[in-house]
Amino acid sequence: MTGLLIAGASPYGEEPADILVVDGVIAALGPDAARDERAADGEIVDAAGLVVLPGLVDLHAHLREPGREDAETVATGSAAAALGGYTAVFAMPNTDPTADTAGVVEQVFRLGEQAGLVDVHPIGAVTVGRRGERLAELAAMATSAARVRVFSDDGDCVSDPLLMRRALEYVKAFDGVIAQHAQEPRLTQGAQMHEGEVSARLGLTGWPAVAEEAIIARDTLLADHVGSRLHVCHLSTAGSVQIVAAAKQRGTRVTAEVTPHHLLLTDSSAEGYDPVFKVNPPLRTPADIEVLRAALASGVIDIVATDHAPHASQDKETEWDNASPGMLGLQTALSVVIATMVEPGLLDWRGVARVMAEAPARIGGLDDQGRPIAVGEPANLVLVDPAARWTVRGEDFASLSRNTPYEGMELPGRVVGTYLRGRCTASAGVVAGVQV
Amino acid sequence: MTTTIETPARTTAPAQLRPSVPAMPRHLLSTGDLTRPAAEHILSTAERIDQAMAGREVRKLPTLRGRTVVNLFFEDSTRTRISFELAAKRLSADVINFTAKGSSVSKGESLKDTAWTLQAMGADAVVCRHSASGAPQQLSGWVDGHVINAGDGTHEHPTQALLDAFTLRRHLGALDGRRIVVVGDVLHSRVARSNVLLLSTLGAQVTLVAPPTLIPVGVARWPAQVSYDLDAALTGADAVMMLRVQRERMSGAFFPTAREYSRGYGLDERRRALIAAHAIVMHPGPMNRGMEITPQVADGAGSVIVEQVANGVTVRMAVLYLLLSGELDGGS
Repeated sequence: MTGLLIAGASPYGEEPADILVVDGVIAALGPDAARDERAADGEIVDAAGLVVLPGLVDLHAHLREPGREDAETVATGSAAAALGGYTAVFAMPNTDPTADTAGVVEQVFRLGEQAGLVDVHPIGAVTVGRRGERLAELAAMATSAARVRVFSDDGDCVSDPLLMRRALEYVKAFDGVIAQHAQEPRLTQGAQMHEGEVSARLGLTGWPAVAEEAIIARDTLLADHVGSRLHVCHLSTAGSVQIVAAAKQRGTRVTAEVTPHHLLLTDSSAEGYDPVFKVNPPLRTPADIEVLRAALASGVIDIVATDHAPHASQDKETEWDNASPGMLGLQTALSVVIATMVEPGLLDWRGVARVMAEAPARIGGLDDQGRPIAVGEPANLVLVDPAARWTVRGEDFASLSRNTPYEGMELPGRVVGTYLRGRCTASAGVVAGVQV
Repeated sequence: MTTTIETPARTTAPAQLRPSVPAMPRHLLSTGDLTRPAAEHILSTAERIDQAMAGREVRKLPTLRGRTVVNLFFEDSTRTRISFELAAKRLSADVINFTAKGSSVSKGESLKDTAWTLQAMGADAVVCRHSASGAPQQLSGWVDGHVINAGDGTHEHPTQALLDAFTLRRHLGALDGRRIVVVGDVLHSRVARSNVLLLSTLGAQVTLVAPPTLIPVGVARWPAQVSYDLDAALTGADAVMMLRVQRERMSGAFFPTAREYSRGYGLDERRRALIAAHAIVMHPGPMNRGMEITPQVADGAGSVIVEQVANGVTVRMAVLYLLLSGELDGGS
């Protein structure tokens, strides 16, 4: 039995410790690892100077398959994820057909297994066709081979309060969670960007912060009332932070995510009318960013999720009003978190592991991801070069789409290697032995 | 003494206009891109063109002969298109009207493809009207020619503001300290946005008047005051500019009824009497008579609404001339 010895990496950026992986499990850690006989004739990876973290877990990605295989497939999205340091990705159900049946979620799950680069966990739609009219067969999805635990109509809000209440209640039977895309639809009719000084000047219809905050306030109260678990997708405003903080303080079972782009980019990005910066919820203000970062550091916001949203060029290179909202995220998320949270001293590497691996796995109901770097744990690991800096080039990405808002930007931190149950899925920018 | 201009040769003005020719932006997308000298230069050029045209038997200048101006209209606007067409023709340019009914999306050709088509045809200037805010700016990144924004969504309509400023200066002289009241659907008005930026650049004090539902969130940063009381705002005004209220807003929740809007924000003879005798009444057209303005006021003393239309051609000639002529004067 041969092992993989990851030599000299620093778990959580702390003291260097060798890691011996055997059969996909961490078999030894520290001085014992190199001395272990199973390390003798195995592969050795020189990881000196690198930080090793649990493989990242993305609770919110759009892999576009089935339906828009021109924008992304489960395979290309998996490759992007592996290159970004992820070992598990949750796929949003706004596909065509909608992932609202056991059949479709199993299809996505199997496509993930075939790609074999990350664990792909489908998210099921809350309502049939995500139309917000009646519940989809949630239990069928939960008991399918895909074992769905997260349900969301992401892209649209479950705006009907009664339907939302029923969804929250219903998923208690299998410890599911409703991941709400908080957007009051009437307050955001035709909305194009954050409503404020910039939208007024640019003549783009505003997306007011209150449209997000009103739904989060309502949903946390509903979650209290029925004792259910609520997850808030892509929280984007300072006001939403206040509402979630207050709910957590009174014991509401609520978790919240923030995207990398909401930690870095502001509404002034819209000034050139380049729809690569069009996203839903929209980019907010510098004041919002400051509060979001502080909330992620303090734990009011639990996780970072990418909201990776590939779009074909014809859906982006068009008038702002007509362009599809969304931006790529899987291959830049860790670097953006380093730039916005680690470098300013808001989060240490343990914190990064918490918000990008441990907490998302817990919220998504995974027991084999987001685990500690410890003997006996599955070897889902990512090696990061914290000193490296790189320039973002969308055309180099594994994603089929190019809609990165960070094009040309220099970002810190590079993923050097990703390991899924001990198997290397990405190394030095190359996916599992295949040149991308 | 010649003034050095940062941008390349095409923006160099003809010799007779030197010295002190201010730098023009390469495209006219927003009046916010115009410095005060640049804006004043456009207006004084328009004056000069007007004088040159006056009394001419053949109302045509040879200035843009051999140049191609494309009127790219994604949104119906016969008035603005004809105004630009006339302006270009009076400068002897070749004019092509490219009218796409409805949006580019419904037409099946993207804005980018259209831009490349125009580029392949060698358009020297593209006059773009579009229902989407920012479309002319996007277009300017895809074509080599000069792009003139002829109205984009709810963003801007720079030549309308320039013709308004031209009209104001004719009646009021320099605009420094002049009080100009803009009334109506500011939220959706590209005319209001362009006018606020341009008139404030020219030294005027702009007051926006509308029901609060038609004032954008974020207006506090605009170089303008805001009032909900038309009677109060009109007192002492040098000009009042009425904005068209779109039919579709009336059925929305922006205000209860057209009648209530008229009562609060329409310009009738009683309100006309509140403004100074020298003050003028303006409207970009087309008017909803009886809604934002009564026929008596629209056709009455101090109304310059018809004059605005005539000035539109002159000002657009000045804009086309200044943006395009730099390419011509090298050889002349």
